[in-house]
Amino acid sequence: MSTVLPISSAVAVEPLPAQRSRGYWASVWLRLRRDPVAVGAAIVVLLLIALAVFGPWLAPSDPYQSSMLKRLKPIGTEGLPLGSDELGRDMLSRLIVGARLSLFIGITPVLCAFVLGTIIGIVAGYAGGLTNTLIMRTIDVFYAFPSVLLAIALSGTLGAGVVNSLISLTIVFIPQIARVAESVTTQVRTRDYVEAARASGASPFTIVRVHVLGNVLGPIFVYATSLIAVSMILASGLSFLGLGVKPPEPEWGLMLNTLRTAIYVQPWVAALPGAMIFITSISFNILSDGLRSAMDNKG
Amino acid sequence: MDALKDLGGPAQPLLTIKGLVKHFPLKKDPLGRGGGVVRAVDGVDFEVLKGETLGVVGESGCGKSTTARLLMQLIEPTRGEVVFDGREVGSRDLPLKEFRRQVQMVFQDSYASLNPRLTIEDSIAFGPQVHGVSRRESVERARDLLARVGLSPQRFAERYPHELSGGQRQRVNIARALALQPRMVILDEAVSALDKSVEAQVINLLLDLKAEFGLTYVFISHDLNVVRYVSDRVMVMYLGQVAEIGPADALYDAPAHPYTRALLSSMPSMDPDHRTEEAALAGDPPNPINPPSGCRFHPRCALAAPVCGKVVPERIVTSSRHAVSCLIHEAGSGHPMATEARREAA
Repeated sequence: MSTVLPISSAVAVEPLPAQRSRGYWASVWLRLRRDPVAVGAAIVVLLLIALAVFGPWLAPSDPYQSSMLKRLKPIGTEGLPLGSDELGRDMLSRLIVGARLSLFIGITPVLCAFVLGTIIGIVAGYAGGLTNTLIMRTIDVFYAFPSVLLAIALSGTLGAGVVNSLISLTIVFIPQIARVAESVTTQVRTRDYVEAARASGASPFTIVRVHVLGNVLGPIFVYATSLIAVSMILASGLSFLGLGVKPPEPEWGLMLNTLRTAIYVQPWVAALPGAMIFITSISFNILSDGLRSAMDNKG
Repeated sequence: MDALKDLGGPAQPLLTIKGLVKHFPLKKDPLGRGGGVVRAVDGVDFEVLKGETLGVVGESGCGKSTTARLLMQLIEPTRGEVVFDGREVGSRDLPLKEFRRQVQMVFQDSYASLNPRLTIEDSIAFGPQVHGVSRRESVERARDLLARVGLSPQRFAERYPHELSGGQRQRVNIARALALQPRMVILDEAVSALDKSVEAQVINLLLDLKAEFGLTYVFISHDLNVVRYVSDRVMVMYLGQVAEIGPADALYDAPAHPYTRALLSSMPSMDPDHRTEEAALAGDPPNPINPPSGCRFHPRCALAAPVCGKVVPERIVTSSRHAVSCLIHEAGSGHPMATEARREAA
């Protein structure tokens, strides 16, 4: 073996990669586009967001205008395509205008929890050891309560109101997101490329920013997307219990609550806000599922 | 970033390791039982001379990679000193960040050691940027290095790691290690995962780069042929300790430690006149949680005597730069073959 191998080291005599490369997110997008169910869900989500943004201009009539004469009309009544509620307000307008508030209180807590939970989880996961134990056991205390119970307890303590219900939902979701963030960070932390970055003398902050963040945000984002559905339902539940949005504001959870007495008189009308919540939450769920499989796929 | 100075002159070892120990504590069970330690590296001393390649060989689990990670300061040693060119690592003379500019590492898994979300050039340019080189200059240096390791920058710089083959990725890892213009590179099984033909290319590349940049290598591998081909000196490790260390030719031609002999005899020979004669090693190395008493190799040693289970062998220098830890070579150690050794010495 002491003779020099007759192989040149100057040039890699290996095939070159065939075609121009795409970035990671570009290839995720490409795969997502090939998944018809996910694309359908994405379209529904986009429509709902459009509804939330343009709702007040799209509504055919005033969602606050009540009428004693037009109470609890069935679906298909003239001038009231989706019937009317217990105060004679136009259901279609209320559902359209309600999209803004419903989506807002559904998405905002998840967004806040995504930011805070990711920070907490990455710190715990990257630091490891005692720091990890302290942070994660504290998180576990919150995690031990069922989300509904915790949301109600926090909302009840903070007092009724939209802002307080947003805060309490954020607190409910932080531990869940932090856990996912911690577990993916712990996995990434031991990869050789993180070791190599440490070996090049980079500070923990730089390593997290350049090498950890890009590799953990995807899975955390997918998980957070799936929480939007839960958040919508919990927020609706809080409104239903009178802890969130106050009447006469149109919000799907609150509408479900006020219409529940009419369930025997106009069951279809009473079920409409529930149907909206269902469509929204299932669309977000399917979309997050699609994202997950689009991101899992390597290569 | 300016060029790195040679401080102690050519005679001073680049790296001196004294009494390096790494024990990994084991978790206790809920009843408080267990809780021993894994003696991954247990008292290792050696030097790496300027400009040489020190090969490190040994079976899996003998502490080769732990030693590499300790050298690189990726894990904290339980005890022991790492002195780089006369200055202790982590002291005021040589802060860790400065040390890490001078010593770099190439890992075995070429895929896992590149960030999948960064382009090749960004991965290589990361190190220089950490040390204050501007982004533009770092990327320029990354492209130069890519060309130097045989990858055309036009075609590879903006690729992602998954688009490259194993050999190409390992070239990228080598470029990344060289981007900081280090004086020493630790190659932890850097070519072990590659195909033989690609391995030969990458080894020759490493040798060229060493000559061009005046590098010092610590070359860790389980492949005895490759180690002999690249190394000036070779260190044989067994269960977290150094069994034998010496010039590659002397060690391969006249191994002094029975373990080295057994390792070398397990090496398939191309020459029918040198068929495997001695019995190759049987069984696995013992558990590093509970290493055998005395000489750690004695339960598997063909030449073991009762004294081997009781006395820990000292390191004996048999000739210049060749040292072995075996009672056979320790005069008056009580081993039946030791007296002979003494007579030879006299």
